[in-house]
Amino acid sequence: MIWLVGLAPTAWLAAGFLRGTLGANPIEKVILVQGRWALGFLLAAIAVTPVRRLTGWNPVVKLRRLVGLFAFYHVCVHFLAYVGLDQFFALGYILEDVLERRYITAGFTALVLLTPLAVTSTKGWIRRLGKRWRQLHRLAYVAAALGVLHFFWKVRADTFWPLAAALLLAALFAVRIVHAVSKKRARPRKPARRRPAV
Amino acid sequence: MIIKIKKSSDVPSSEVTSESEYLNRRSFLAASATAIGATAGAAALLGRAASPLSAAGSTPASASAVQELEPTAEKLITSYNNFYEFGLAKEDPAKHAHALVTEPWSVVVDGLCNNPAEYQLEEFVSPSTIEDRVYRFRCVEAWSMVVPWQGFPLADVIKRADPTGDAEYVAFETLWDPDQMPQGRWRNWEPRIGWPYREGLRLDEAMHPLAFLATGLYGKDMPNQNGAPLRLVVPWKYGFKSIKSIVRMTFTAEEPPTTWATQASNEYGFYSNVNPDVSHPRWSQARERPLGSFRRVPTRFLNGYADEVAHLYEGMDLKKHY
Repeated sequence: MIWLVGLAPTAWLAAGFLRGTLGANPIEKVILVQGRWALGFLLAAIAVTPVRRLTGWNPVVKLRRLVGLFAFYHVCVHFLAYVGLDQFFALGYILEDVLERRYITAGFTALVLLTPLAVTSTKGWIRRLGKRWRQLHRLAYVAAALGVLHFFWKVRADTFWPLAAALLLAALFAVRIVHAVSKKRARPRKPARRRPAV
Repeated sequence: MIIKIKKSSDVPSSEVTSESEYLNRRSFLAASATAIGATAGAAALLGRAASPLSAAGSTPASASAVQELEPTAEKLITSYNNFYEFGLAKEDPAKHAHALVTEPWSVVVDGLCNNPAEYQLEEFVSPSTIEDRVYRFRCVEAWSMVVPWQGFPLADVIKRADPTGDAEYVAFETLWDPDQMPQGRWRNWEPRIGWPYREGLRLDEAMHPLAFLATGLYGKDMPNQNGAPLRLVVPWKYGFKSIKSIVRMTFTAEEPPTTWATQASNEYGFYSNVNPDVSHPRWSQARERPLGSFRRVPTRFLNGYADEVAHLYEGMDLKKHY
């Protein structure tokens, strides 16, 4: 199911691109749609734990790795479409964009931050990193915040969706904060029974 | 009173502007540019046999400029639009602008002029001769197209209005009717855009022979999404200066406030001349993607019309007056 949802956007874009049904500016369309899905999947991955806590639906946790990896996949396609289709590998212009256009700086930083998360998503790495794995993977919040900023700085006037994404991210973060605070308060009573990674 | 509006597509104009005619016209332009030199090409482009501009146009650069004017496909021109009153996505105006009522249509001319008036569209247009202009169109978002417009020089209506000696600028206003523009209404919670859409030109820019009021494209009535029934075309400036669906022209002594310059003054200036050397704060303006093409091409100073209009900006720091 997630594989289907995850791969459908790219398949749809590739088909539309080849058939010429993506409108007057197909390259822009590819980048735009891939970017939306990237942010959507990233927020969905971040939403997994809050959803589990609020609903008590535990099996949802099993989906998190795949959702997160698809977020990374869409970020990569989004970036490669920009590099290959939009800029046609004009490295000078790309470098100028990454260094001087703040929305591209933000987006590129998010990609850089997500890369180690994707690499360390395997069972082996989770075991090897232990406690530090959870700390490392909190970078997903930073990457999502940069993604929202990237989106917000890019639009010319329509800030509706960037603001909606920012609100959602803030809400998800709030759930975590509330949980952490309540856990901290509870901890002195039963210090030995801290639950492991989630 | 309902006035039958003379359309730019009525015979004989539509005969002159069929697609095959365009092809012929282009080859004529190309031929004249190579054979007689760019002067003839530029003059033909302007539809003026002996324009004072043509004297300045005899450089190889403008010869190539004339030869390159291959019109963008009509489908692209009419399906990829920024007309925020009808929605913010590029496809939205083509979907929603059918709700725009263009007949009857009136245009108010007021401010610092000796002949202020409210015209029905036909009265406004009919004193002028409808002519063809194939112009490059460069959007501030770094895409571009070439549009075969029909219309008449903006100078025609300015001369008729007879601006007073105090008039330095002319301001334009787009229709704002939330009943016809529901997309603009429901997104109007966004406080940064104040409707109606406003634009403006310095009077000498407005009087320039290249400044044009268009009533049609590709030999047909102006599609609603492209700014029916009457829009401005200022080919050396970014596209948003070429205000759509005009209902008012006002002569002023002071530089009039314009929508995008008010919205984000660090990104959009009053002049907004096409300039590859002045980046938009968020993206480079050095290159552009012609619609229908996968590769970006270099953007030209004043959109390739420097020979004709650069003198308007002599002595101005265009990095400051962007």
